Amino acid sequence: MKNLLVLTLALAVSLCSAQAAPITLNASGATFPAPLYGRWFAEYNKLHPDVQINYQGLGSGTGIKQFTGGLTDFGASDAAMSDKEIAAVTNGGVVLLPMTAGSIVLSYNLPGLTAPVQLPRDVYPAIFLGKITKWNDPKIVAANPGLTMPDLPITVAYRADSSGTTFNFTNHLAAISADFKASPGSGKMVKFPVGVGGKGNDGVAALIKQTPGTIGYVEFGYAMKTNLAMATLQNAAGKFVAPTPDSGSAALAQVALPDNLRAFVTDPSGDTSYPIVTFTWWLCHTQYTKPGVADAIKALANWGLTDGQKFAPDLGYLPLPASVVTKVQAAVSTIK
Amino acid sequence: MQTETAPLSEATTQWIGNKRAQRSKSFDLVFSWSTFIASWGTVALLAWIALEVGYAALPAVRECGFGFLIGTDWDPTDDVYGALPLIYGTMVSSALALFIATPLGVAIAIFLTEDYLHPKIRSIFKFLVELLAAIPSVIYGLWGIYVIIPITTPLGNWLNTHFGWFPLFSTPSSGPGFLPAAFVLSIMILPTIAALSGSALKTTPQALKEGASALGATRWDVILQISLPIAASGIFGAAVLGLGRAMGETMALAMLVGNNNQISASLFAPANTIASLLANSFGEATGLEIAALMYLSFILMALTLGINAVAEFILERTGASTRHF
Repeated sequence: MKNLLVLTLALAVSLCSAQAAPITLNASGATFPAPLYGRWFAEYNKLHPDVQINYQGLGSGTGIKQFTGGLTDFGASDAAMSDKEIAAVTNGGVVLLPMTAGSIVLSYNLPGLTAPVQLPRDVYPAIFLGKITKWNDPKIVAANPGLTMPDLPITVAYRADSSGTTFNFTNHLAAISADFKASPGSGKMVKFPVGVGGKGNDGVAALIKQTPGTIGYVEFGYAMKTNLAMATLQNAAGKFVAPTPDSGSAALAQVALPDNLRAFVTDPSGDTSYPIVTFTWWLCHTQYTKPGVADAIKALANWGLTDGQKFAPDLGYLPLPASVVTKVQAAVSTIK
Repeated sequence: MQTETAPLSEATTQWIGNKRAQRSKSFDLVFSWSTFIASWGTVALLAWIALEVGYAALPAVRECGFGFLIGTDWDPTDDVYGALPLIYGTMVSSALALFIATPLGVAIAIFLTEDYLHPKIRSIFKFLVELLAAIPSVIYGLWGIYVIIPITTPLGNWLNTHFGWFPLFSTPSSGPGFLPAAFVLSIMILPTIAALSGSALKTTPQALKEGASALGATRWDVILQISLPIAASGIFGAAVLGLGRAMGETMALAMLVGNNNQISASLFAPANTIASLLANSFGEATGLEIAALMYLSFILMALTLGINAVAEFILERTGASTRHF
């Protein structure tokens, strides 16, 4: 009986493989887009049962390391790859593909507030520098005429772990504040002069929920899922814009992508643009030696850039503007 | 239907005896060799880990040298590494935990060794205290976030507004910080301290206690003047071993200590510890940062090894060794 079962299974397996050679793609990297990628790969597998994709959300740094070491077929990173990192890849060149994007929001815990708090461009960098320490600071009160700001100390919450979210958030702060650029500057992990650190988005969210008066930066999708209050921020054009998929996409549309498709949107222009947005990239080789892998990655990337984009808003990501999609598709077609 | 079994001849008995002796001899040999290999293997493994960590730390040792120990900045963006706030955070959070856990642990040990309870109930208590050691670190962390921090935060803010001039209360509470971290840590090291202090207290000769009682000493006198002085160095060893454990604790601290690389005298200020920084940064570290993290690991390893060795030495001398087997 047992033998029979094994035999049938073996037969089934061999029949399947006879129909189409199954391909397994291994990938790892950024945790930020991992929920979207997970959804993509599950949907794609339903359409193409012969392609199986294993994605491990281990963090951008690990994604780059494993891709460089040849452990994965493609990597994923919120900070793309630096020229130095690209030079370290020995087997051929690297193609960077922006596949989706997201916004970073300032979430806060202020009980009894009737509308989202508005934070001007000179205020929120000052909060993260520890220069504005009270919620009823005259600058915050002036920007929120309809709200009664409480007399609460501001507690800053940041990511304690090294993260692409910190990288993009501090890049933005450094772009709009000379003080922030001078110190602490920007990077995946910086020394904030004030505040407490939480591990991961969930750690920061827990800090915010716990203590009234706390403000911290988290990804839009995460804040949306966990119903955190999100501040309305003043953009480069001087307008206050709430974080939504539309205001995020508007910001992305302002960006002129260079040929290597590596552009950090540190301070987007445009009246309707939300100020803190970021692309997130796939890291692919220009050439693949394993048969079928290049075609599988190209088909997958093209599907993600077209059909895949419609999954983005529901999960809190930004659909790529059409102009960006065209450019990325051109880059996909160069993979051999 | 009785059948008589013929007695074995003398030669046969001897032959069986020899065979058995030979077999047990070779068995003995295999057994003693495998225990030898297992125990020396453990020692070799420890040496190997230390070498490997030290080797990986070399670039940072070359780059930062001893300045690493007194530097106060930890900035991977500019490749500037200083470990002082982390060493300070590790030592202070562990010392605070010890400060809370030692009196509690010794009290538990006295309660469980000085015949207050029926032996059956005593074993239940003992089991429950030891069970504290079986709770995963991350559960302690969650408990700290959702139960302890909401208690320590208003307490800290109250102390700060009324006694802010006192250095220990000089900052308002920001949620996570030294106090909640040390409190949770103290519960985590409580079983170690209680169990080892208990075995130290048990070494008090019964005759001495009975003699004191016979001379009119109350139970209070016996505990304070006979049991505790005799067990003192054992209890000290237990506390030092608890300290060693507290210093290496990672997950609960990463969740509770606030992860801010600063040196502040205030109990309510966020801080950071070596183990917590390692857990937070390792995944994304590159280049010199990896070496710097390895250097930190090496320091932590040296500190805990040193402390454990001191504790073991003290316990050894008092006979209340940790080697229960």
